[in-house]
Amino acid sequence: MINPGQLASTDAMERARLLTALYVAQEQYGYLTDEAVQRVAERLHMAPGKVYETATFYSMYRMQPMGRYVIQVCEGLSCHLAGGAERLLDYLVERLGISPGETTEDGLFSLVSVQCLAACDVSPAMRVNDTLYTDLTFDEVDSILDRLGGR
Amino acid sequence: MFEPILLRRVDLPRSETIEVYLANGGYQALRQALAMSPDDLVAMVKRSKLRGRGGAGFPTGLKWSFMPRDAEHKYLAVNTDEGEPGTFKDRKLIEEDPHQVIEGAIIAAYAVGAEHAFVYIRGEFFLGVKRWNKAINDAYAHGFLGKDIMGSGFDLDMTVHRGAGAYICGEETAMLNSLEGRRGEPRIKPPYPAQVGYHQEPTLVHNVETLANVPHIVLNGDEWYRGVGTENSTGPKIFCVSGHVYRRGVYELPLGTPLSTIIHDYAGGIPGGKQLKAVIPGGASTPFVTAKNVDVPMDFESLAAIGSALGTGAIVVMDEDTCMVDVALRAARFFAHESCGKCTPCRVGGRRILDLLQRIVDGAGAPGDIERLYSLCDGIAGHTFCPMGDAMVAPIRSSLDLFADEYQRHLPGGCAAAH
Repeated sequence: MINPGQLASTDAMERARLLTALYVAQEQYGYLTDEAVQRVAERLHMAPGKVYETATFYSMYRMQPMGRYVIQVCEGLSCHLAGGAERLLDYLVERLGISPGETTEDGLFSLVSVQCLAACDVSPAMRVNDTLYTDLTFDEVDSILDRLGGR
Repeated sequence: MFEPILLRRVDLPRSETIEVYLANGGYQALRQALAMSPDDLVAMVKRSKLRGRGGAGFPTGLKWSFMPRDAEHKYLAVNTDEGEPGTFKDRKLIEEDPHQVIEGAIIAAYAVGAEHAFVYIRGEFFLGVKRWNKAINDAYAHGFLGKDIMGSGFDLDMTVHRGAGAYICGEETAMLNSLEGRRGEPRIKPPYPAQVGYHQEPTLVHNVETLANVPHIVLNGDEWYRGVGTENSTGPKIFCVSGHVYRRGVYELPLGTPLSTIIHDYAGGIPGGKQLKAVIPGGASTPFVTAKNVDVPMDFESLAAIGSALGTGAIVVMDEDTCMVDVALRAARFFAHESCGKCTPCRVGGRRILDLLQRIVDGAGAPGDIERLYSLCDGIAGHTFCPMGDAMVAPIRSSLDLFADEYQRHLPGGCAAAH
């Protein structure tokens, strides 16, 4: 029988740092490139396949390049019922000229539709990188986008 | 008017700071708790009849008593992976009053003898992560965390761990895997985390709101606590109201408050003078409540008695113009997207439900589709590793049961409301 305390003291404790390490690598590389995965694997003494297997499970790790500003719009049930969430998404599609899942040619904006931002009381809501914007109007969306990229 | 207990500080300026918390009675409960024996604390929480606020409603004191006494290493995991659609209470608690949760966590850790508390927080809660980290640092600086807390000889460390976007990590064993740096797939139970948890060691897992109740029980006593709510659903509950109401938001009320009171007296009723059609009472994985049951008391037993569940207390209100097939489709889309893929009924069945509902809404539904949906529900519920299978089925099956006529009207021709 394996002694749990012993197990937890070595390899397992290194592995417990994986999610954090992946965030750091993503910050440095922009997304999880092969090289980023390789470096994380070396640092934590893990097989690259194990790192990759874990990274691809979670939606916040990007496996391909994304825009400088990632815009997430909630299309969940509460936001849909409250109205405005779809119109917000349509407006962003029109204004940025891209569909959800795409990135503008200049690499500035990516648009993503997501399932829940835990902002059901303040929709229409969108998140741009780590900032949540709530109770949005089109004018406010315009001024946010103008400020970020002058479009 | 009910005087808030858990949310009583959130409207104060700088409510998230330790200064405001201390100036408003903060960490007094911890001082009292540390003067008690762990056994007395467990007994007190048992007597309070506090039940978990994360969805399952398991008795908190009983959970504490399951933690083995003699284990060398024990842990506490604070579940802040709030992602159940319609739920936004934990975000409020950790952004506006993190010390209340920290104090509850320290008391719980002391009661079960945990040496380290892991705060697992949803990766998207950027502000929450900042507030937690700041609050923990301040708690260390004031001697509420670390070695020999308030001279009691009790040591506890607390660290924040960000998830990375996976609803399933709100399931306690999936969360433990994620904390260990693995894919957030649920483990088979038993063994339960209280026996085999983080790195195989006994681990107490609690929802944020559950822990927020603990300081108040210690300070005011279990008898006082039992005076709030109903006989078997004691204490206050934070209800999150969204959907078709005038005033969406969080409302803290005693368990047992009628659903209609929350919708009309607190959330301002339904806009446009429209009639109520249906309510999701406890987050997307709880069966619908229809207008005829709108006076149901919002507590564990009363909701179970009408075939639904209290869940997280996330109330989603739908007016008479809502297409229930479309609602079912949206719920299915969420669950199919969030299935972790570990077991087949949830992974494949969820996808099949989504495809069928999509084709019904698009007007391509075929005779027999309703029976196919029922058959898929039967194939998923009760056949998965974790409660997600049952969660996924709840809104689908209850919409089929309660709104069969709407489904029939969609066959053929699709959804008039969606086009």
